[in-house]
Amino acid sequence: MAQPNLPNNPDPSPAQPPFVVEMRGIVKRFPGVLANDHVDFELRPGEIHALLGENGAGKSTLMNVLAGLYRQDSGVIKINGVPVTFSSPRDAINAGIGMIHQHFMLVPSQTVTENILLGLDNPRFILNLSRYDSKIAELGKQFGLEVDPRAKIWQLSVGEQQRVEILKMLYRGANVLIMDEPTAVLAPQEIEGLFSILRSMTAQGKSIIFISHKLNEITAIADRVTVLRRGKVTAAGQPARGLTRQQLANLMVGRDVIFNLEKKPVQRGEVVLDIQDVHADNDKGLPALRGVSINVCAGEIVGLAGVAGNGQRELSQVITGLRKCKQGRIYLNGETVSNRSVIFGIQRGMAYIPEDRTHVGTAPNLSVTDNVIMRKYRQSPISQYGLLNMPLAVKYANELKQAYDIIVPHVSTPVRLLSGGNLQRVILAREISGQPQFMVAVQPTRGLDVGAIEGVHRLLLAQREAGAAILLISEELEELLSLSDRIYVIYEGKIMGEVKIEPGEPDPGLIETIGLMMTGTPLEQIEQQGVRVHG
Amino acid sequence: MDLIIVLQAGVATGTVLLFATIGEILAERSGVMNLGVEGMMLIGAMSAFSTTIATGNPWLGVLVAMLFAGLISQIHAFITITLQADQVVSGLALTFLSTGISLVLGEGLSKAGTVSLMPVFSIPVLSQIPILGPIFFTRHSILVYFGYILVPLSWYYINRTRPGMHLRAVGEYPAAADALGINVFRMRYLYVFVGGVMAGLAGATISLAVSPGWFSELTTAGQGWIAVGLVIFAQWDPVRAAVGSYAFGALRRLILDIQGPTMLFGFANPFYYNPYWGFFLQMLPYAFTVIVLVIGSREAMRKRIGAPAALGVPYIRGERGL
Ligand SMILES: Nc1ncnc2c1ncn2[C@@H]1O[C@H](COP(=O)(O)OP(=O)(O)OP(=O)(O)O)[C@@H](O)[C@H]1O
Ligand SMILES: [Mg+2]
Repeated sequence: MAQPNLPNNPDPSPAQPPFVVEMRGIVKRFPGVLANDHVDFELRPGEIHALLGENGAGKSTLMNVLAGLYRQDSGVIKINGVPVTFSSPRDAINAGIGMIHQHFMLVPSQTVTENILLGLDNPRFILNLSRYDSKIAELGKQFGLEVDPRAKIWQLSVGEQQRVEILKMLYRGANVLIMDEPTAVLAPQEIEGLFSILRSMTAQGKSIIFISHKLNEITAIADRVTVLRRGKVTAAGQPARGLTRQQLANLMVGRDVIFNLEKKPVQRGEVVLDIQDVHADNDKGLPALRGVSINVCAGEIVGLAGVAGNGQRELSQVITGLRKCKQGRIYLNGETVSNRSVIFGIQRGMAYIPEDRTHVGTAPNLSVTDNVIMRKYRQSPISQYGLLNMPLAVKYANELKQAYDIIVPHVSTPVRLLSGGNLQRVILAREISGQPQFMVAVQPTRGLDVGAIEGVHRLLLAQREAGAAILLISEELEELLSLSDRIYVIYEGKIMGEVKIEPGEPDPGLIETIGLMMTGTPLEQIEQQGVRVHG
Repeated sequence: MDLIIVLQAGVATGTVLLFATIGEILAERSGVMNLGVEGMMLIGAMSAFSTTIATGNPWLGVLVAMLFAGLISQIHAFITITLQADQVVSGLALTFLSTGISLVLGEGLSKAGTVSLMPVFSIPVLSQIPILGPIFFTRHSILVYFGYILVPLSWYYINRTRPGMHLRAVGEYPAAADALGINVFRMRYLYVFVGGVMAGLAGATISLAVSPGWFSELTTAGQGWIAVGLVIFAQWDPVRAAVGSYAFGALRRLILDIQGPTMLFGFANPFYYNPYWGFFLQMLPYAFTVIVLVIGSREAMRKRIGAPAALGVPYIRGERGL
């Protein structure tokens, strides 16, 4: 299919084939799933090509085929016009294709240089790291990927680790870089940094395949877009310029997506959750919360904004009883819940949507049925005389599957085989069906596609209208602004301030205030300095 | 009771632990725990002794011991790496199996009499150093001297060479190593084999150098288990392993020798007059092993003491939700 050349794409020279990567008719089947159904994909030299699609559309599968991790059932891959077959990731790297996975493939206890040299033939035997340190520092400079080659991976921020991953591929001479949801783990300011790195790479002739669910990122960075839906291509290499968010969403899910759901005026009730001066340590034994005091009332959604790693995770754990509280108290409807067991909170109507869906939120190897009865298995009717009534549990699971649109062949399927959006629906179904009085939701839409995000948002708003008190912990400011009635901002374990959110478009002054608090300026100070203040 | 002599003998005893511990460190660094050390040591001790009886060549005995123990370790490798079964269960089974094999094949060996042992000599100049000379460099088996070389060598291998870096990566994050074309399965088979070979060498060191002979399962007397404990104590580092092994070797000798004299520091020796006190002392190294193993199996503790992150976890390629 003919595509108009984009102005910032250098015209391929006549000797060079028009595409660095050409995939034709790729089919990849998993037991019971047709993940890729005759997919065509073309990548031009020097372009950023976005790959879009719902959860489970087959994006990662297609890229894993290209990166040599999976073998396609049928179809052809051509690199620079030459057909190739990859039987391992190594073959793909040798052909100049490097993939950066969603979960970083870095050894935490080793240095940056060691991680980059891993698996290479040079050095042959003795590791002369200092020689390679300088080589890697130089390569980093060339592409604006600055990171200390001698640092151990565990000492680096997520953004820096991602740079190491990119360096790893560049060091191997990768010409094509596949990035699977690279921004899902990054803080907003790190995303800008990544984008300028990507631009400097394409300026030096590299091509990039970019998978993301965040449509505004795609319109900001991509030259062309390919959209997949249920394993099939619905848009092939369309110029990204000029496409709106709404059009992209439509191509992805095949229907209109509502980005700003209608929110009824708040019906604030009694205080349900009251946190008073809570202190707690993180996993390493260092203070993570230093005197947090917030409250959440019935019928409202309270947002907690902040850059990742400022105590959000620990706060959610202290509330749910997963972490000890060193000082201060947490009350649920007037009753102390801090330093009590997890079941104590559950029995008093607390629901929890954890950040880690696959290990905290669900038991990956257990079935959908087992996972949805986890809050109820002690109670009649699921439990009868200490025995599980499995037929009833299966019936219940099927009801939830219907009600919450969980797409799964059978409720006996282990949940580890579910896509991200479906897994989140399993968790929401379990937590919401208990009619919670209070719910803490941590990053409930991370990694989900636009359609799934809309679904999660709908469910949260429905709970709010039903009178539940909801604490929403998120790094997505946009999400917080559209759902919350009030927002607290946390920084280094302290609350910087609280703002009220009025219905309608949020005004820029308010966003600026929140941004300042997120970087550590307390609200009072902002007020004193005469910045416009709300709430 | 001359302390220098006790320590000199302690270094020799410690060499047994050293070989077994370093071998197990290499296996565990690749992510495979092998609790069969005790059994593999017995295989080594038995085959070294019987080969030497048959051929009169102790060098051949050591070689056969290393190969036989290495071979038997591959059963564990197959069960845990290819079949992805639980490493603890398979390791225990390996100990029972190899103990049984060595008892059957070693039947009658204890009455076989004396054999030629590995050469014993003193190092010319070094043995003249006061205190250290007589302890470390006088009248030791060649295997003891080999132990001294092995410690820095294995440290250097793990920390400063390319294959060592790959070994660490495979034990910490096999998926990352796999993604870069390192063959995780082959590496693990290899290091389990190396661990077996070293356990075999440790066994041969007993029967052909430190306490020559074959005394059925008393030949090793649980030293394989102490080695497993020492791996944790050493935090998977060969240099610490050496410190621990020699200290334990010396302690073992001390506990044996302290029960000899009737008088100790001018008092009646309680360990001589009351054998139960002696038993209590003999128990201590094993009690230590139990405590270290309990501590080492706690998740939080393991992280703090630097256990290889993928230790005990079978590697399954491309599986979702890992
Ligand atoms: N290793 C596997 N075994 C079995 N099924 C798989 C495997 N990997 C993917 N699938 C299935 O293939 C389909 C496509 O999955 P894929 O991971 O490619 O989706 P995706 O577009 O990357 O989704 P997401 O946006 O959630 O990352 C899904 O139905 C998924 O359940
Ligand atoms: Mg994916």
